[in-house]
Amino acid sequence: MKKRLHKWRLVSLFSILALVLAGCGEPYLSALRPAGEVAQKQYDLMILSTLIMVLVIIVVVVIFVYVLIRFRRKKGDENKIPKQIEGNHKLELIWTVIPILLLLVLAVPTIAATFDLADTKAMEKKDKDGKTKDALVINVRANLYWWEFEYPDLGVVTSQDLVVPTDEKVYFNLTASDVKHSFWIPSAGGKMDTNTDGENQFWLEFDSKKAAEVKDVFYGKCAELCGPSHALMDFKVNTKSRADFDQWAADMKAVKKPAAEGEVARQGEEVFNKSCIGCHAVTPNDSRPEQARQAPNLATFGERERIAGVLDHNEENLKNWIKNPEEYKPGNTMTGTYNVTDEQVDALAAYLMGLKVEEK
Amino acid sequence: MSTYAKKKGFGATVWDYLTTVDHKKIAILYLIAGGLFFIVGGLEAMFIRIQLAVPDNDFVSAGLFNELITMHGTTMIFLAAMPLIFAFMNAVVPLQIGARDVAFPFLNAVGFWLFFFGGVFLNLSWFMGGAPDSGWTNYASLAMKSAGHGVDFYILGLQISGLGTLIAGINFLTTIINMRAPGMTYMRMPLFTWSTFVASALILFAFPPLTVGLVLAMFDRMFGSNFFDVAAGGNTIIWEHMFWIFGHPEVYILILPAFGVFSEVFATFSRKRLFGYSSMVFATVLIGFLGFMVWAHHMFTVGLGPIANAIFAVATMAIAVPTGIKIFNWLFTMWGGSVRFTTPMLWAVAFIPSFVAGGVTGIMLAAAPADYQYHDTYFVVAHFHYVIVGGVIFGLLAATHFYWPKMFGTLLNETLGKITFWLFLTGFHLTFFIQHFLGLMGMPRRVFTFLPGQGFETGNLISSIGALFMAVGILIMLYNIIVTSVRNVRVGNDPWEDGRTLEWAIPSPPPFYNFKQLPLVRGLDPYWVEKMEGKDEMTPAEPIGDIHMPNSTILPFVISLGLFVSAFGALYNVDNKDWTLPVMIIGLLITFGAMFIRSVKDDHGFHIHKEDLVNDDDKEVKA
Repeated sequence: MKKRLHKWRLVSLFSILALVLAGCGEPYLSALRPAGEVAQKQYDLMILSTLIMVLVIIVVVVIFVYVLIRFRRKKGDENKIPKQIEGNHKLELIWTVIPILLLLVLAVPTIAATFDLADTKAMEKKDKDGKTKDALVINVRANLYWWEFEYPDLGVVTSQDLVVPTDEKVYFNLTASDVKHSFWIPSAGGKMDTNTDGENQFWLEFDSKKAAEVKDVFYGKCAELCGPSHALMDFKVNTKSRADFDQWAADMKAVKKPAAEGEVARQGEEVFNKSCIGCHAVTPNDSRPEQARQAPNLATFGERERIAGVLDHNEENLKNWIKNPEEYKPGNTMTGTYNVTDEQVDALAAYLMGLKVEEK
Repeated sequence: MSTYAKKKGFGATVWDYLTTVDHKKIAILYLIAGGLFFIVGGLEAMFIRIQLAVPDNDFVSAGLFNELITMHGTTMIFLAAMPLIFAFMNAVVPLQIGARDVAFPFLNAVGFWLFFFGGVFLNLSWFMGGAPDSGWTNYASLAMKSAGHGVDFYILGLQISGLGTLIAGINFLTTIINMRAPGMTYMRMPLFTWSTFVASALILFAFPPLTVGLVLAMFDRMFGSNFFDVAAGGNTIIWEHMFWIFGHPEVYILILPAFGVFSEVFATFSRKRLFGYSSMVFATVLIGFLGFMVWAHHMFTVGLGPIANAIFAVATMAIAVPTGIKIFNWLFTMWGGSVRFTTPMLWAVAFIPSFVAGGVTGIMLAAAPADYQYHDTYFVVAHFHYVIVGGVIFGLLAATHFYWPKMFGTLLNETLGKITFWLFLTGFHLTFFIQHFLGLMGMPRRVFTFLPGQGFETGNLISSIGALFMAVGILIMLYNIIVTSVRNVRVGNDPWEDGRTLEWAIPSPPPFYNFKQLPLVRGLDPYWVEKMEGKDEMTPAEPIGDIHMPNSTILPFVISLGLFVSAFGALYNVDNKDWTLPVMIIGLLITFGAMFIRSVKDDHGFHIHKEDLVNDDDKEVKA
């Protein structure tokens, strides 16, 4: 028995050790490493609630352990009948009132933060051209396993990599085009659903110092079951200082038509224009209505962090992806909509990898 | 007309159970069927944990994984936890209130067979083109687009089994209101009966919204309507509301009877009456009431706005108060008692810290802005497994060991029971504790795999190892059940020696008429009251007389079978096959035909005559 207990202790020791080693998660992904005002507020609330709850747990566990040790039936007690106690009004009052007080301590900041995080009034202040006055607004549209980010006031559309300025509130309109998804950047703040029924609005803020620690890339995820590839519906967040962001926006607006460089890439362009352009746009100023934008905008494809949101960004993966998307993202809407030979795939890959806006 | 103590062939036994209206046999049916579905759901859970043990695993495909999680959740809630709870309600509640059966024995059988056929129908989806894959919540936008017939199986299977649950709930309400023995006032009812009463009331109000939602979904998917089609003016959020108006009370439907079991176990094995009985009753009713006021906390991220979120956050926190009252009352029931650690008591004792852990994360989740981070992550998965496994399953396992002698007349092996307990408890905490952190570290729930390099590897591996411990624990319990049944050492009325309530005053298992004479209840814990006065049986409240009993009948089985048949017609209706409409009609004809026979054929039951009851007594003495 002793020996068995010993082994148990080892196992639990190892699991605790593992927990410590894992730390609080990766800084680009963990809600425990807040990298912005919203995440920080939520983190503070988590800590407050955890502290209150630990207090409750300690009280319960102390009574629990005491009772189990003190009142176990001992030898010779077999015929002892304990006193039958009906109850105790004073005690019962205590454990009704104290929890209520503890909950009040939690309820007040909860309500305050609820209203604070839902404050999107800045989105409504428009100038005479109908543009938002002094706030950056991004329309997020979730689709079966990819994300579209539209900057309505800048006239720019991009996909998969969200680009945001640091140290200011960024406002989001959230919607979905097919089934319900949920937009989540754990380091920057909690999620909000993208419904098929209408738009949701919320804001996030990205801290420049924390962003620097992760080389300006945060991970985003879909948090609502949306089909087979729900697990693979990742996106990335690129953070830039306000000046860099303005430069990026100007570059994006300036892109007219991508110029394919080199023979292979030019062939790829031809293939692309025949087989792919029906769904994929290659310029960021896509003025078509959103129903027509059936696939990710590829204007910045060469600069992306990932292929299809999850694969490492290299030509090999790109080719594999084009050849058999079903293998990498089951249930995606691209499979079977085109026919290309292996050479054409090579050409396409060369062309797509050359689609860049910044690194000319 | 004494029918027991006769050796029967296998065929006769099967026929006996197919036609039974006896609450004790229906309890056994619920236990077997619920147990089977529990094993199916457990297997699904094991496949999920194998798939997630390592990153980028391909043990199952993405589509199959979604079917597994959907069926795991649906099976465990509707087909395992609920029927297992009904098993103990059926076995114990009529005995606890001193009744000879439930109010509507025929309906009781209908309820069971509806549940059973609904569950079988749902699980047949595995062999008939794929299981439902939109999660147990079946959110409309995804479910309406789901290819194949999986979601149709969900919609029809749950309608059938839900009907059974509703019938069972109404039956228990009526039974508890009308069939209490003389002297059994409301405030003398044992806590398990009280919690059954409240849970049944919750069923009465919670299942109709689910049924409405399922019917709307059925019309959308099978008959071309557009309730959830946004493009045609429908709305998908309304499904979420209907689902959770059912779904949250459902949690309390499950946990309250488990609370009831623990209340009985704590009192029995502390040899003390329940501390603060009145406040326990009050807390049970209050939890039941508040359970209907908090559904939108499952929808904090849907975008209902800050006012709704704030109201539902505070309402949710309020539930902590009555739950806290219960926890402290249980602790103080043991305080000053003479605590004996039997297997059921171990489960009850382990329940307290486990459930408190689940409860406090519940409060953390109630803080709406923080929930935006927790929602739909493994934090939530950890939370609800702490309350449902740590609360409901622990309760069911406690009840299994506690009431086994009353149901089958023999005690489960205590050593094996304790081994099961330690394995399962260790596995449970290994599996789910670390999932809190996985969620906070950014792992969404319902993901069929995770990529390496995101910090999720260790946690998931530990979690999968824990699941293995739980599985081994359950296997040992099954072995225990087999060994115990084979040895079949008979026990007397009160095998735990400290029984307090009426069920321990009669033989184990009780005769089919339960009480030869209805007992006179003279206080809370009536059997304990008599024992303290040196008696070993209840004071009768009536002279020995003829007992009126209902006849066995196959009709409940036939009524349910008809709906089962009809469901296949409805399911394949969209495929434009010729046979679907006739099958639908034939199925409904079977159901309504059986109902018609039941209505027009007089069935007055039979009487056990006074003389036979006296003779039975003599036989017992001789044996």
